[in-house]
Amino acid sequence: MDNNDLLSRIIAEVLAEMGGSVPASAVESAVKASIPAANASSPRSTGPADIDIKTDITSKESKGTPTLENPADMDSLMRMKTKTPARIGVGRAGGRLKTQTLLTLRADHAAAKDAVFMDVDPALLEKMGLFSVTTMCTDKNQFLTRPDLGRKFSDEAIREIQSKCQKNPDVQIYASDGLSSTAIKANLENILPAIMDGLKAKGISVGTPFFVKYGRVGAEDAISEALGCKVVCVLIGERPGLATAESMSAYIAYNATVGMPEARRTVVSNIHSGGIAAVEAGAYIADLIEKILKAKKSGVELQN
Amino acid sequence: MKQILSVGIDIGTSTTQVIFSSLSVENTSGYFTVPKISIVGKDILYKGEIHRTPLRTRTLIDGEAVREIVAAEFQKAGYTPSQTETGAVIITGESARKENSEEVLRYLSDFAGEFVVSTAGPDIESIVAGKGSGAAAYSEDNGVAVVNLDIGGGTTNAVIFDDGEVTAKGCLDIGGRLVTIDSSGRIDYISESAQQVAQSVGVQLRQGDAARIEDLTKLCDGYAAVLEQFLGLSGKTALLSALKTPGSSDFELHPKLRAVCFSGGVADFVYGTQQEPFHFGDIGVLLGQAIRRSRIFTAFRVIGAAETIRATVVGAGTYTTSVSGSTIDYSDGLFPLKNIPVLRLDGKEQAACFAGDGSVLREKLEWFLRQNDCRNAVIAMDGESDPSYIAVQRLAKAITDGADSVLSPGEPIMIVLRHDMAKVLGRQVRALLADKRPVISIDSIIVQQNDYIDMGRPLMDGMVIPVVVKTLIFG
Repeated sequence: MDNNDLLSRIIAEVLAEMGGSVPASAVESAVKASIPAANASSPRSTGPADIDIKTDITSKESKGTPTLENPADMDSLMRMKTKTPARIGVGRAGGRLKTQTLLTLRADHAAAKDAVFMDVDPALLEKMGLFSVTTMCTDKNQFLTRPDLGRKFSDEAIREIQSKCQKNPDVQIYASDGLSSTAIKANLENILPAIMDGLKAKGISVGTPFFVKYGRVGAEDAISEALGCKVVCVLIGERPGLATAESMSAYIAYNATVGMPEARRTVVSNIHSGGIAAVEAGAYIADLIEKILKAKKSGVELQN
Repeated sequence: MKQILSVGIDIGTSTTQVIFSSLSVENTSGYFTVPKISIVGKDILYKGEIHRTPLRTRTLIDGEAVREIVAAEFQKAGYTPSQTETGAVIITGESARKENSEEVLRYLSDFAGEFVVSTAGPDIESIVAGKGSGAAAYSEDNGVAVVNLDIGGGTTNAVIFDDGEVTAKGCLDIGGRLVTIDSSGRIDYISESAQQVAQSVGVQLRQGDAARIEDLTKLCDGYAAVLEQFLGLSGKTALLSALKTPGSSDFELHPKLRAVCFSGGVADFVYGTQQEPFHFGDIGVLLGQAIRRSRIFTAFRVIGAAETIRATVVGAGTYTTSVSGSTIDYSDGLFPLKNIPVLRLDGKEQAACFAGDGSVLREKLEWFLRQNDCRNAVIAMDGESDPSYIAVQRLAKAITDGADSVLSPGEPIMIVLRHDMAKVLGRQVRALLADKRPVISIDSIIVQQNDYIDMGRPLMDGMVIPVVVKTLIFG
């Protein structure tokens, strides 16, 4: 959507909220009136008028540009900024953040909230041939406030899993939204086949993959018990931060049982475009699962 | 943590040196992420003496005498050749001639352990010295462009690092032993370059004449003036191009050069060490003092060198080995591999491979093997930072199609990538080949066309492979 359309829509909505229907001509003139104001450059060094509303302040380019005024060494600052997504070299306005820094923080926070509150697109699951089951949570709010329910399934859900999946495979892999649906959207298509193909090439049997909605990591224990797999692996969206909302982790456990200590899980985290690429992580996880199967243990026990 | 014993041997115009160092390799990533194995420490265990390079004629190295020096240093250090796992023999300056490298290789071959490599040439020396002097680390730590001038007996090797990366390299025939003085204080030898500079500053130098400090100081000021031109502090003259070392690269000045670092035998006198002018029977002391007086000292931030005369040997011993990425894929029993030429695919060729078209690679590889008269080559490309699985599958198919039909039976397909995607790609290629031929797929390594690569035995439970990238090889 271009900026004019966006503005038109916002103005129409605002006017509509103020009451009554809105003639198109009124919107058009309001848009025209607002654009020059928004684009006009201001002589002041700070303030909203400095920000070009046409640029995406969450883009890599925008975040890579220091807003600190008169740095002693601009080149070094630019280099430092390439090495971290942290908000360095942003300057300040008195004791406070500059407007652009504040807006970027809020935009990143909005992306993080979206990642938590959005659902995974059913079309993606369909395309990948994954069926979906839901934990005992009935909605997002309950999922967020009742972590215990995000680890449990109804008897009906367990029966569905058992009826649709191969029983007693060496390895059961499934995906779950966890705290970031965005992570599933960004990585699942690339990581899942990389793991599955990797394991198959090693002659390891892999069960039927599926998707768990409103799932916490611990749900894998119930699934492991239901399907009788030796190793269970969940690909789950991680709690988003302000640097990325796309981070996925794999939690892998040998002979997982409900109520087992968390220390028995082996974790591969930081799977996203700015961390380890999903495909490469997939190939690594296949090796790791092979190692876990051989050692017959996972988590801290595997490490020691 | 794993320790690798590395040897560095530098055979220069005037000195021959040996050092031993220990490279510590460790997993630096956290408990909950994919491993990341890096070289975390470089400790020098033994610094040998600084020997005068034994020569049979003015330009020909006495290989047997070099061998004796190296053998004695191994003994003094308490190591045997079979213990050294990596390192480099580097022949530098005026000694870097083909006949010398062949001579040295003949006499040192049994000291060059399984993985020790031999490199030479002014460009390599510049880079190696700049790493050994600490200029590269300073540039990376401080995020600035730094030039390192390694001023030895015959040449001044220059390299610019910007944020730790090499941006320019070059070499000039400026050095401390381009005029030598015998014990009776007479001029013993005047190099061609010294004559040229002497003429330009209006000084008459004749072999056999008494060495006059005033004349030789003028000569050294002339050399310093050429260095000023070289670093863009004054207009270039014909003398600058006349002093460019044959075979060295054109030195492209960095627009934001901030700091300068000195290494090599002359550096101590640049940094202000006091010494009698003709203590070494050459112009090294005067040259150092002249550079200290020059505008180079005021125009740039002058940084201290971690190593001066030993910069090249320390660089050779500790900075030539790197490790691959930690998620890689390879067939067993192939290592070590030495001197594999690099065939680098450009952006367009890589795009063709990513699109699943192996014909471009097939043609290029066929041509490359014929041109270089070799049996195999490393296929190098950047790769992508976050490729889709479908893209990896297409790429694997293109590489398999392209290489399998060109390589003779049993030859491995070797892939080197910049981005971290080697494991998944290697797996795909292996699956497509169905174990018909071996595969090596490693990443996090940057190579250029016409480089050569050595790959050592896998380390750290087989997670990484030590790699040496060379731009020149002997023989």
